[in-house]
Amino acid sequence: MTNAEIRKIFLEELTNIAPDIDPADVGDSDHLQDDLELDSMDFLNLVSALHQRLGVNVSEADYPKIATLALAVEYLNEKIS
Amino acid sequence: MAIFAMPSLGADMEAGTLVQWMIQPGDTVKRGDVVAVVETQKGAIEIECFEEGIVQSLDAELGATLAVGAALATISAPGTKAVPAQRQAKRPTPAAETKATAQPTDVTKTADVAKPTAPPKPPLDVEKMPLASPAARVLAAERGVNLEMLVGSGPGGAVLLRDVPSSPPTSGTKDNAQPSTKAGLDLAAMRTAIAKAMARSKREIPHYYLTQTIDLQLAFDWLSKTNAQRPPEQRLLMGALFVKASSLAAAEVAQMNGHYDADGYHPSTAVHAGVAIALRGGGLVAPALHDTDSLPIDELMEQMRDVVARARAGRLRSSEMVDGTITVSAMGDTGADAMAAVIYPPQVAIVGFGAPVFRPWIAGDTIVPRMTVTVTLSADHRVSDGRRGAKFLAAVNAALQTPEAL
Repeated sequence: MTNAEIRKIFLEELTNIAPDIDPADVGDSDHLQDDLELDSMDFLNLVSALHQRLGVNVSEADYPKIATLALAVEYLNEKIS
Repeated sequence: MAIFAMPSLGADMEAGTLVQWMIQPGDTVKRGDVVAVVETQKGAIEIECFEEGIVQSLDAELGATLAVGAALATISAPGTKAVPAQRQAKRPTPAAETKATAQPTDVTKTADVAKPTAPPKPPLDVEKMPLASPAARVLAAERGVNLEMLVGSGPGGAVLLRDVPSSPPTSGTKDNAQPSTKAGLDLAAMRTAIAKAMARSKREIPHYYLTQTIDLQLAFDWLSKTNAQRPPEQRLLMGALFVKASSLAAAEVAQMNGHYDADGYHPSTAVHAGVAIALRGGGLVAPALHDTDSLPIDELMEQMRDVVARARAGRLRSSEMVDGTITVSAMGDTGADAMAAVIYPPQVAIVGFGAPVFRPWIAGDTIVPRMTVTVTLSADHRVSDGRRGAKFLAAVNAALQTPEAL
């Protein structure tokens, strides 16, 4: 899976959880919780969705590694391959 | 025969706009069934039935704004024969009603589905109800579009505004139905509702506040260990532990759990914790979960997930709006250290949890870093005083020291 594909899936799941977010507005280094205002329930739902969609089980200890779009794409790519 | 009226969904609600019927004449309804969706300042609320019986008639038009107490539907007593439309006005004789109540087995064909073993009729099956945003609901009602016919693009297939076809159907739309002028989850209207409720709270309730910082390390460790063994779908949030601990404390201290009205304080034996949920874009709702003091923590978490999702999609139920006996508000993972919240009338207490944070802590005669949380109780001085409040916070603390027992 390419980075572009992972990025697309991540943004899809993110906007499923927060429909008011325009994927075009999500910057690579926007912090999901501080900048995009996901709360702990949103974040857990995102992690659940990524688990179901990509089969990647992001542990709580790894939550900081998916804190931004850029970090998440890199982390998920590593886990998938 | 009973008139099912527009319920009050909070002390400050004056009216609601009917946007969707979930029943039709001839349906059998029981207590708790969702009968209609009403648009309020707090979003679209699923109205649950207080009556049991057969729907005789729908007495309100879609799109109409109805005052609290206005007739929505007429429901006959269980077991009563469904009255044909032309005879709706005729009441059954008292004898017939008594007989029907006394002999529930003596049911007509229509009432047969009311037997507990019978599967629910599709229109009443909450699981099968179309998911839709409040805005989409209103628009669909305005255009006479059946939500069930639409495929949504929102979370869980929820119908969003953009999914509602722009062209109205050629027939079936009532021209005289006055559509709501406010489309969707109107955050300005919600802010007005919050302002009214909070202003009333601060005007009428003499708040007092008690704050205690609690050692959260045991709960934090237990949660980390538990979640490490679980897939994301089954993980718990600290917020669920906070709700459970507060509910156990509420069960212990009667002066924090109940409603205060014109007749004074009415303590509740059941604990239904309202969970404050911030809506994206602003806005706040605090739907109640039922019997939270006895709910196993996994189930409590599941219900929190569900209610948060429904709060955001605009699918809260009327009982969730009014049944709360105490409210819990938590900052989440990050944010301010402490929160002194405003009581949600007619409740008499609200518990605010700041963001958990590592702080220096005295253990024995050494200073150690421990995960801590600052808990603030806002309580009603008409009902309790600081001593009872302190007992409540001590009970919250005690519950969080044995997380495995939550």
